Amino acid sequence: MSENFRSIETKFLDKTNRISFKYNGKKYYGYKGDTLASALLSNGVHLIGRSFKYHRPRGIMTCGSEEPNAIVQIGGNGSFTEPNVRATEQEIYEGLEASSQNCWPSVEFDIGGINNFISPVIPSGFYYKTFMWPKKFWYSLYEPAIRMSAGLGKSPTQPDPELYDHNHLHCDVLVVGGGISGIIAASISADNGNNTVLIDDKNSLGGSSIYQNNENFKIDDEISSIWLDKKIKELKNKKNLTIKRRTSLAAFHSYNYLLARENLADHKSLDKRLNKLRQRLWKIRAKKVILATGAIERPLIFNNNDRPGVMLANSVKKYIDYYGVRCGDKNIIFTNNDSAYETAISLNKKGINVSIVDIRNNSSSILVKNAKDAGIKIYWNNTVVNTKGYRKIKSIQIMEMSKDGTNVVGKKTNLPCDNLSISGGWTPMVHLFTQSGGKLKFRDSDQIFLPNTEMSDQISVGSCNGDFELDDVIKNTVSECKNFISTSVTDYDSLKVSCPKQKENKNIWLLPNDKPLGKTKPFLDFQNDSTAKDIKLAMREGFKSIEHVKRYTTTGMGTDQGKLANMHALGIISETAGVKMGSLGTTTFRPPYTPLTFGTIVGRNVGTFFDITRKTPIHEWHKNHKAEFENVGQWKRAWYYPKDGESMHQAVQRESKAARESAGILDASTLGKIDIKGTDASEFLNRVYTNAWSKLGIGKCRYGLMLNEDGMVYDDGVTTRLDENHYVMTTTTGGAANVLSKLEDYLQTEWPELDVWLTSVTDHYATASVCGPNSKNILKKLFPILEFNDGNFPHMSFKNTELDGINCRIMRISFTGEHSYEINIESKYGKSLWEKCMDAGKEFNITPYGTETMHLLRAEKGFIIVGQDTDGTMTPIDLQMDWIVSKKKYDFIGKRSLYRSDTMREDRKQLVGLLTDNPNEILEEGAQIVQDEKKQPIEMLGHVTSSYFSPNLNRSIALAVVKNGKNLKGQKLLVPMKDKTINVTVSDFIFFDSKNERLNA
Amino acid sequence: MFIITCPFCGERDQSEFSAGGEAHIIRPKQPTELSDDEWADFLFMRKNIKGVQFERWNHAHGCRKWFNVIRDTSNDKIHAVYKMGEKPPSD
Ligand SMILES: [Zn+2]
Repeated sequence: MSENFRSIETKFLDKTNRISFKYNGKKYYGYKGDTLASALLSNGVHLIGRSFKYHRPRGIMTCGSEEPNAIVQIGGNGSFTEPNVRATEQEIYEGLEASSQNCWPSVEFDIGGINNFISPVIPSGFYYKTFMWPKKFWYSLYEPAIRMSAGLGKSPTQPDPELYDHNHLHCDVLVVGGGISGIIAASISADNGNNTVLIDDKNSLGGSSIYQNNENFKIDDEISSIWLDKKIKELKNKKNLTIKRRTSLAAFHSYNYLLARENLADHKSLDKRLNKLRQRLWKIRAKKVILATGAIERPLIFNNNDRPGVMLANSVKKYIDYYGVRCGDKNIIFTNNDSAYETAISLNKKGINVSIVDIRNNSSSILVKNAKDAGIKIYWNNTVVNTKGYRKIKSIQIMEMSKDGTNVVGKKTNLPCDNLSISGGWTPMVHLFTQSGGKLKFRDSDQIFLPNTEMSDQISVGSCNGDFELDDVIKNTVSECKNFISTSVTDYDSLKVSCPKQKENKNIWLLPNDKPLGKTKPFLDFQNDSTAKDIKLAMREGFKSIEHVKRYTTTGMGTDQGKLANMHALGIISETAGVKMGSLGTTTFRPPYTPLTFGTIVGRNVGTFFDITRKTPIHEWHKNHKAEFENVGQWKRAWYYPKDGESMHQAVQRESKAARESAGILDASTLGKIDIKGTDASEFLNRVYTNAWSKLGIGKCRYGLMLNEDGMVYDDGVTTRLDENHYVMTTTTGGAANVLSKLEDYLQTEWPELDVWLTSVTDHYATASVCGPNSKNILKKLFPILEFNDGNFPHMSFKNTELDGINCRIMRISFTGEHSYEINIESKYGKSLWEKCMDAGKEFNITPYGTETMHLLRAEKGFIIVGQDTDGTMTPIDLQMDWIVSKKKYDFIGKRSLYRSDTMREDRKQLVGLLTDNPNEILEEGAQIVQDEKKQPIEMLGHVTSSYFSPNLNRSIALAVVKNGKNLKGQKLLVPMKDKTINVTVSDFIFFDSKNERLNA
Repeated sequence: MFIITCPFCGERDQSEFSAGGEAHIIRPKQPTELSDDEWADFLFMRKNIKGVQFERWNHAHGCRKWFNVIRDTSNDKIHAVYKMGEKPPSD
């Protein structure tokens, strides 16, 4: 049984609700309301982990989100495990399991601790300097070694089983922070009829004022915490006010758009979390924002200031006054200001041994007088020069400071202790303010950055705005809020506030020592193990910008984002460089303020909800007939239909043969379809396609190629003239949405004079494409009233008709080179149409084929697929499609670019066919093509864009883009692969039926 | 994440819109009469101002209309929104 450090009764914990939890496998007890940190401290556990670089023992230092050391793994090895959780924020629950991170084999005995003794050879920039060379050592030696020793927690190896949600919130006023100024602000705002939301990251409101029991702090003649408690109770019944606890603001973007994470379950035991929401991400749009984010205490920077038991003074006060936990039995406060005396007085009142080391000469504060009156020993004008104790602090050594504060004089005094509470003053939390684009100013008197000019409708109140005295906080919060929400009267106008005033303040960023800097370890960034020495070394090596020094030394780059370290780093840089602190700027504060788990960021958009899945109306049929599917954009398209254990290759060979020998059927519903109407529709098509459209007869179809203004092929497809002023355009499956928005862009911005109306009808129609020598016979059976002879229904024409009373559009067009028909019908009849085609085609062995066969068949014919054979750098001329580019038209999109010197170069990459010397060898798509393997560097001539084994030609075929390809027909080229080089010959790219005889077969 | 006032729909979240680059670049009426340099100037050259910039925006997940926005790129402040074909407000 561990020692009990819970000495004081406290109203903030539920003493009737005792909770057991495990830390590093050992069972401990705490109470409901405890954080993991307060519960561990109550059991006398200080040592939590090992530091990142030197593996020095580290303990709990703070009581909030700024905690750099007490970072733990929650949960065991299961899917609920989470790394990098701050013990100071994690509330305990029955059955909680937590363990130390970054220590191996255990926190008590850590092998990496050897780094501590070799630390003189780990200077700043060590990783950059050491591991650069030789390069081959990186993979075999350096990286595995660094990974072993630098592990900051374990990622879960199983999917996250918990639920997360996203929600929008709109309000008049958002108040961030539930301390005394936030509570006053929220109350004023709500009283004035504003729809107000107050968020706070803790489980209870009140901030640090709620446990302020010092009699010097009074509001309306009551101790400030008692007054505040009443106000909080009043808030709960206020109209217009929503309070969200356990909700931390992650990001503050421009236009008052904010993201907040509400924690709904992390404080509950696992059995109560099943199938419940864990966290909710609030997307907040607030008309006005009031930031009351408070301030965090600064550490002091001196030799060995990182031992377990060295804590921030105000945190020690919270542990005793809020959680009833004493952090030590022999406490020393080390301070440069008056506020730490509150901690000393609190401890003293509870009968706990405490003394004070103060770098100042004296102070006239009432707090100091109280401390003196209570008989607390104060060592004025002294600084700590060393600390001792490995797993926990055992003693400190202090020395008197020289008059100017730059040195120490006299003899060392040894003071035994088991806790050292340090306070270097206060830093306003301006992170969120600067995230929103706000600019800071520097206040010399207490060396702090403050909000200066803001970009959106917002104010900062309380200590985040530089008010640290209770009377100033209340007076200024009230007056700022009145101004901000335009009201003249509030409940807080005549409050009587009394409090001790901060008197002398002495700021020294790096405290003096009797030893040279090289022999000491004054830590700045506890999480990343960077010291004042590292900063100075970086500056000696020429780094000047704060952003560069930060990255070189990794100061402020831990999961705490340097909440404690950044100000001291800036201070030491400015002192060393001899420039004013205010002129140095700060590092950028980036969202999130505290880390967010991935689950919260993605919310419900996981698994099948990650993206939209589009299915054609015939999808179920494909599924029932064992189709394999491929993703094309968001569409699921039938890829091939394996029969009786066929491989993909076997299925595709069978489908391809059937389509050419008798009949095949393809689901072409995914092709983009745009309905075009208006008196200028023909003129519009003239401008967007490379070929001419005015003379296309009604009922006729035409293939069109669309370019970008830079002359490169953008999309293609067949467009049909349904009527005088009515066309339907088809686009590629993947390009449909982009083509529509491109056409809309031109219509609205360049050619507003055109009377043209575009409507996407992709989803309105289902399309079955029937091809092959027997396609005509199948269509005849389906549509007995239609004439199918070439005179009546020729290739590239269209008929409006009916199938069992349902309207159909039939286009006789072909992407396979076969005689073929595309039947379009209203979507809901798509599956029925397909089934009727299958029935009618049964006697002709109609064979459904997928996208792979479609690609193969069109490759045999040398038809391009935009996006596969083109990549945004191919002109129609490069594709040897000069025939489709009108010379007569004055202009079309991209025309002028075809005459630029670059697009007219003869040696551009051009589309060609490739035949392997060995007809059974199939090239890999993407394979590089060269002429000479010996001459280094090898010149890359191009690459294979499409490659198949053609069952109809009984050999492999490929399309490729090759430099100067047009002039290379018949030439031998090489395709070097990993294990061999393949010999190929450049050929024509139409491999099959080059006279198009089958179209009319 | 700023808010844009679509001239047709009103105030909407930025996520409903897509940006379309610099505004008031008019497609030449007689491209064939331009030199390579002049055409390249139209085709490729765009300003990238830190400060007040004239931009095209499309209410892609709304009315699908294109319009012009005057935006300060340094702080995302929108000074004016006006329809295609309209002149920018003078002040
Ligand atoms: Zn709109």
